[in-house]
Amino acid sequence: MKTEVYMPAMSPSMTEGTLTKWLVKVGDHLKIGDPIAEIETDKASMEVESQIEGVISEFLVENGQGQIAVKTPIAIIETNTSTEKLKGKLFTNTIDDQPKKKIIKDRVIDHDKKQDKISVREAIRDALAEEMRRDKNVFVMGEEVAEYQGAYKVTQGLLQEFGSARVIDTPITENGFAGLAIGASFSGLKPVVEFMTFNFSLQAMDHIINSAAKTLYMGGGQLNCPIVFRGPNGAAARVAAQHSQDLTAWFSHIPGLKVISPFSARDHKGLLKAAIRDPNPVIFLENEILYSEQESILEDNNDIISIGKAKILREGSDITLISHSISLKMCLEASKKLARKNIDCEILDLRTIKPLDTKAIISSIQKTNKCVVVEQGWSQCGVSSEIISVIMENAFDWLDAPVLRLTGKDVPMPYAENLENLALPSEDELIKMVESLFE
Amino acid sequence: MINKTKKISRKLSKSDAIEAYKKMLLIRRFEEKAGQSYGLGQIGGFCHLYIGQEAVVVGLQMCIRDGDQVITTYRDHGHMLACGMSPDGVMAELYGRADGYSKGKGGSMHMFSKEANFFGGHGIVGASVPLGTGLAFSNKYKKNKAVTLTYFGDGAANQGQVYESFNMAKLWELPCIYVIENNRYAMGTSVQRSSAQKDLSQRGISFGIEGEQVNGMDIESVIDAGKRAVTKVRNNGGPYILEMLTYRYRGHSMSDPAQYRTRDEVKEVREHSDPIESLKNLIIENNFLTEDKLQVLNAEIKQVVDQSAQFAADSPLPDPSELFVDVYQLDA
Repeated sequence: MKTEVYMPAMSPSMTEGTLTKWLVKVGDHLKIGDPIAEIETDKASMEVESQIEGVISEFLVENGQGQIAVKTPIAIIETNTSTEKLKGKLFTNTIDDQPKKKIIKDRVIDHDKKQDKISVREAIRDALAEEMRRDKNVFVMGEEVAEYQGAYKVTQGLLQEFGSARVIDTPITENGFAGLAIGASFSGLKPVVEFMTFNFSLQAMDHIINSAAKTLYMGGGQLNCPIVFRGPNGAAARVAAQHSQDLTAWFSHIPGLKVISPFSARDHKGLLKAAIRDPNPVIFLENEILYSEQESILEDNNDIISIGKAKILREGSDITLISHSISLKMCLEASKKLARKNIDCEILDLRTIKPLDTKAIISSIQKTNKCVVVEQGWSQCGVSSEIISVIMENAFDWLDAPVLRLTGKDVPMPYAENLENLALPSEDELIKMVESLFE
Repeated sequence: MINKTKKISRKLSKSDAIEAYKKMLLIRRFEEKAGQSYGLGQIGGFCHLYIGQEAVVVGLQMCIRDGDQVITTYRDHGHMLACGMSPDGVMAELYGRADGYSKGKGGSMHMFSKEANFFGGHGIVGASVPLGTGLAFSNKYKKNKAVTLTYFGDGAANQGQVYESFNMAKLWELPCIYVIENNRYAMGTSVQRSSAQKDLSQRGISFGIEGEQVNGMDIESVIDAGKRAVTKVRNNGGPYILEMLTYRYRGHSMSDPAQYRTRDEVKEVREHSDPIESLKNLIIENNFLTEDKLQVLNAEIKQVVDQSAQFAADSPLPDPSELFVDVYQLDA
């Protein structure tokens, strides 16, 4: 009997993978649990294990083949067939004798200089590596940042280059290690603390707010806290309410914190470098789904991008769409469709949420006279409410229509795929909302 | 409870005894003055006095050297004075004035001095523990052989973050001495009523952190245990716990109704275990100073404290423009 082996989904956000290496050859007899192949996903490299007992009869994909969609058959296993019968009958393939158990591949930190595209994930890692080379007081700490190479592969290679004194795996104790890192920063070090996701930062909220954000002020300027808290924020895919939420507004409420939420790979790099050099506590909000987004970056791009500056992502004359992080992807898509309907959108990428670039917001409104603010976060006291207030206070006379906001629905994130989609702002909703301002 | 700890036979040198006496007396007179000023409305908000616990911080401060760090909770006036911060600056801060250590923006619970290696002054129960562990982490990172004294109370000893810190401190062998100032009451809840394991020095056992109980009302016991702990931690790295058995004479803060303990209990400790009286007796018994000389010393300290209150009263309120200053540091 023939049984197909599929490309498995190995993480909530995985849609495709690369078969880096077959670990067996045709004719091999497999027991349950035997490794068949090494698969690389957006998060990690790992082994696919056989779920049944039988003999490998055919490979359907080649060594090194990429972009294999989840659920694609990759091999066939014959059950109740003797090995002898298969030998000589089917084609053979060769596999090298590399050690099988090496799950994580070591990568050289420096990119091939010819490479002109870089992912958000690599941009963050490069920023960390460059700042660690530049300043020995910079160190990285968090859950799975070292040996595991980062739960989302962001810190890949850092342990190999900088060693375990500067790339530190912590126990799963966010309040403890956030407080510890803040204490270290009081004493002159520059910690970069990774929260595996910002959902877990809630455990450390007291130290972030009461110890990191306020000490400079409470001490009359005596003791600053140069620290970065970074990690993925916002909705992930299909992980439900506790692991999928946008906390941007929470942090942006606190005086003493700076809050960055970039979109492009280049901005991730330039802003993270600026955040590490900043003498204040900085919350650096990434997005899991953006990690694999690629962007062209000029060779040897070491530019620091100033904190507190928004950027026009698309110039337009009819309406301004203001957003940050992954929601900008939706704004860009919607703007293409709206252009076909003769609505020319300007898109403003906030990049920094606190301090907010009010000047950029106001000048765009003065140009387009209409505005929709888009965010994944909840609406009440959200980033969009703040932006709308800024517009009301500073650009009311320039408005041709009320400013609208498209936000996450006021519910905990549901698990079911259809409900999850409904909970998040959608392109359709955005297009309809924009069109309503032109009726 | 206090008598359980071992009796120390070692005697203080003359200079150490006089030094300790001066510092302890300064703290006591300073705190009495702060209490009075609070009553007169010159100090606002929360004000946690250290009266009764003076031997702990004064003794331990005599065990460390330049470069070592101190961090504590909100009952911090004594720690600041022991670290060598000026009574004028501390009192002015209590008064909320421009010449205070925090320019009037921190108050009683939030003062810092990089110069004195004093890292606060933290108002959240338990918060000083991970922060102090982080200071110790930085010493290990910099390989500078400094140790950190991380103070917290018996109440904080039940906080989860304490154990998260213990775990990392032992895991990474951080040079941190955890000083639990057990003054028997977390606000109004006694250790008996709040803590399953009442011997707080043993709270590190499951992490492999050794600890001992020390008679925190006896300066000689404090110094003896402190020196051993500092030597051990400085030479071998790794954390250590000193549980200082002590007592606060005054309420938790100024608004304490004191319904949770009897007057007799306080009187008993004051009369039989007062750390300053004991040290005074030691000084006289050993002829380190005469009664007359002690009187002169007393008068000098009173003058320093009166002067601090005058300094505070004369210091201006912070300028309104200060409101928006130091929310962010402007440059690196």
